[in-house]
Amino acid sequence: MTLSEFFAMGGYAFYVWTSYGLTLIVLLANIIIPIWQRKQFLRSLALKQQRSKQ
Amino acid sequence: MFLIPDFVGRFFHRMASPPHFYAFTEKLMPWLVVLFLLVTAAGLYGGLYLAPSDYQQGDSYRIIYIHVPSAWMSLFIYIMMAVAGGIGLVWRIKLAEIVAISSAPVGASFTFIALVTGSLWGKPMWGTWWVWDARLTSELILLFLYLGVIGLYGAIDDKRVASKAIAILALVGVVNIPIIHYSVEWWNTLHQGPTVTKMDKPSIHVTMLVPLLLMALSFKIYYVIAMLQRARVELLQRERNAQWVKNMLAEKQ
Repeated sequence: MTLSEFFAMGGYAFYVWTSYGLTLIVLLANIIIPIWQRKQFLRSLALKQQRSKQ
Repeated sequence: MFLIPDFVGRFFHRMASPPHFYAFTEKLMPWLVVLFLLVTAAGLYGGLYLAPSDYQQGDSYRIIYIHVPSAWMSLFIYIMMAVAGGIGLVWRIKLAEIVAISSAPVGASFTFIALVTGSLWGKPMWGTWWVWDARLTSELILLFLYLGVIGLYGAIDDKRVASKAIAILALVGVVNIPIIHYSVEWWNTLHQGPTVTKMDKPSIHVTMLVPLLLMALSFKIYYVIAMLQRARVELLQRERNAQWVKNMLAEKQ
């Protein structure tokens, strides 16, 4: 099997790769969003703590 | 309690303590990610490259390696959410409440993936993106249940009260789970019947079955990773005034 045959997916490339691509995006978002939210929240907490000390 | 070994009981008791949970999940995360990447790589290699084409569906069937595990996860996570919600409701364990709400977005995502990949598979095979049949409709209702849980939780400011509310909603919605599972047997439907869960004689060849099971395992590990990431945010937000959070911030500065 050549690489182009692999990507062609027997003529179903659009359906197969759209499925896999979309899944990748959704699964990545579910990891990146909470990590980003946690960092943001910790930053805002640290700021508050500093302000209360002054 | 005599059925549960002592060390298991101790483990859960310690995990219910917020600072311990937060520190433990941080240490666990890299191991989970490595395991996830290995299992996923093996599953995708087996499913997209090693497994042969289907004699009826050609290569379009390869959507099965994400569609079916996603659909399984949509049910599995719902049950986890309802059980964790129920435990929170009865024993008022904060960590159980957090696991329940942190499962909801991951479950909703898998439900969404199952619906969309099903649609992308249905178009070339059935000739239509969507039909209002029992399997598809009950899975769509599952998505609305997840979104209802997320919306309800967001609408109530007191998170202890919000957790009670979503636990009740999740437990009532459990009715939908057997309906989804048996829909292809109870009603005439365009959706094909089960191929794997007929354990005595699965109607799927082993070269296709092994990658499918690997992907199912991969998505299970993924659920743990994504749910724990959400749980860590939720925990910090609820415990913002606790001494351990203050100590942790002080150490970082």
